[in-house]
Amino acid sequence: MSILSVNRTMPKKQRSLVALLSFAIPIITWCLVSYVPFLWHPFTQITDPGSVSFFREEMLVKNEVFEAETAKAIEASIDVPQGVPANPLYLPAPHEVATAFVTAFTAEPKRRSEKWLHESLWSSIQVIFWGFFLSSIIGIPLGILAGTFDFFSRLFEPFIEFFRYLPAPAFGALAVAVLGIYQAPKIAIIFIGTFFQQVLVVANTTRKLDPSLLEAGQTLGASNRSLVMRIVIPGILPDLYRDTRILLGWAWTYLIVAELIGTSSGITWFITQQARYKNFDNVFAAIIMIGLLGLMIDLLLAWLGRRLFPWQKAQ
Amino acid sequence: MTKFDLPDYKIQSSEVKDRFDRLKQRPITMEVKGLSKEFPTLNGKVTALKDVNLSIYKREFVCVIGPSGCGKSTLIRILAGLETATSGQILLDGEPVAKPGPERGMVFQGYTLFPWLTVKQNIMFGLIESGMGKNAAESEARQWTNLIGLDAFENHYPRQLSGGMKQRVAIARALANQPKILLMDEPFGALDAQTRAKMQAYLMEIWKNIDITVLFITHDLDEAVYLADRILVLRANPGEVEELIEVPVPQPRNPSQFLSPEFLATKQHIEQLIHPPTDNGADNLDLVRMVHVKSDVGSVF
Repeated sequence: MSILSVNRTMPKKQRSLVALLSFAIPIITWCLVSYVPFLWHPFTQITDPGSVSFFREEMLVKNEVFEAETAKAIEASIDVPQGVPANPLYLPAPHEVATAFVTAFTAEPKRRSEKWLHESLWSSIQVIFWGFFLSSIIGIPLGILAGTFDFFSRLFEPFIEFFRYLPAPAFGALAVAVLGIYQAPKIAIIFIGTFFQQVLVVANTTRKLDPSLLEAGQTLGASNRSLVMRIVIPGILPDLYRDTRILLGWAWTYLIVAELIGTSSGITWFITQQARYKNFDNVFAAIIMIGLLGLMIDLLLAWLGRRLFPWQKAQ
Repeated sequence: MTKFDLPDYKIQSSEVKDRFDRLKQRPITMEVKGLSKEFPTLNGKVTALKDVNLSIYKREFVCVIGPSGCGKSTLIRILAGLETATSGQILLDGEPVAKPGPERGMVFQGYTLFPWLTVKQNIMFGLIESGMGKNAAESEARQWTNLIGLDAFENHYPRQLSGGMKQRVAIARALANQPKILLMDEPFGALDAQTRAKMQAYLMEIWKNIDITVLFITHDLDEAVYLADRILVLRANPGEVEELIEVPVPQPRNPSQFLSPEFLATKQHIEQLIHPPTDNGADNLDLVRMVHVKSDVGSVF
């Protein structure tokens, strides 16, 4: 059977192999670009400035400039500059990033005001957790009510529909004025960014519950309270769980905005700070760290989901 | 349609006649009085049901049959309280009812088992709603799983069951509430022919042994004649009562009666009520051989 069959799952071994490729392809591309000189390398790193007055050792110059200066030096029969092909500063090689990844956890930060990478990450995780947690404990019940009873749908949804179009970052200044400059306004931004979407998404998920289950419940004598507690909630739980996983991803994107208001902090601050010092290896290490963390949380939640809802078909 | 030479379906043996006389002496479990239902649509009002009257006696088995669009599903949903009638009244043991309730058990075509609950927990659902303690409900549910022969499956989830098994659980779940009447909306419509025959025999067995009155909707003539004491035939547009037929086939029923003269006579009569011979031929396909087909076979006959 061909590997490109519509609507067919590949054999297990092939599936894991292809999944591995999805990571291998970008990494291999990155290695090729970094280590194979003729592929890209638009710069030359000077190893010996020769007699060119503005060249310094370790300096990066554009290839054209380097070639022009070399040609000039040859013509004037003076010391010819030496250099090796190099990539721009913003694209560190894999091994440099790997080193940065390790030193981020082992070596003390260079400046006293700087935080360790894991401290920055921990601060970010706390902001996300509290913002998302507060949003969920209010948003999920409201969404379920709005999805079950038309009364609550009409009561909440028109205003929320209006409010969700207001960009969360627009409330940054207001949040700082009301909540101060530390973690509270950041949590508020995550909350605003998540909450309104969450109510609408949960309400829609609730509405998708098979109405005949509610009818069956009614003919079995269930009260309104029982219909919500014993049919709606368990009935939508797997979908609600999936929604929450997706919304958690959105909360991460609001983190970037949230951490730039008030006193900058967390992983965003770490990244901008390191980029300012041109420590791009640290920047890449931090980005990969966030990616790995997100992926790990998602895999954990997916695994947990399969345990929590044994009545569902394996997906 | 050719009419076969069969006895009149109205002729009842003395045994059957005697049984109907006794049946009509029983108290009335459910009474439907002047029931009408209109739906507003974009093209004005549509009358789904018009002035339906029916009395169902205690422990009677009544089937409702009719062409598609005759409002038989609307009727049973109104009786269950899932929809409201435009006019008319429903009395259950003499008391008017409007809302859904456990005293009218309902079995749907789509099973509607709660997928997150096991077989046992599904049956316990109504028991717990009625205020029964968890332990009592559990032992009661065990008896029901035993009765429907699903002991070995009591901790299975609905998705692990076959269609017939699911419908058995749904019937047990409705009966566990000890309803006065069991409303069944084409319950075996989604099952294959063999499972359906088994489920019919099975339902007859339950009906014989449990104190229950049944109203059963179907579109299958054999099923209606086989199961029912009386059959309510509805007409479409608007949904009105065409006839209330007393089935002349003696009780208790068994599959060998499928070919008895009374059975076939009743079936033929209903067939003619539901599909009256049309003269304008609107239902017939007017097929002309429009494409030249190279064929070695001139005619399939």
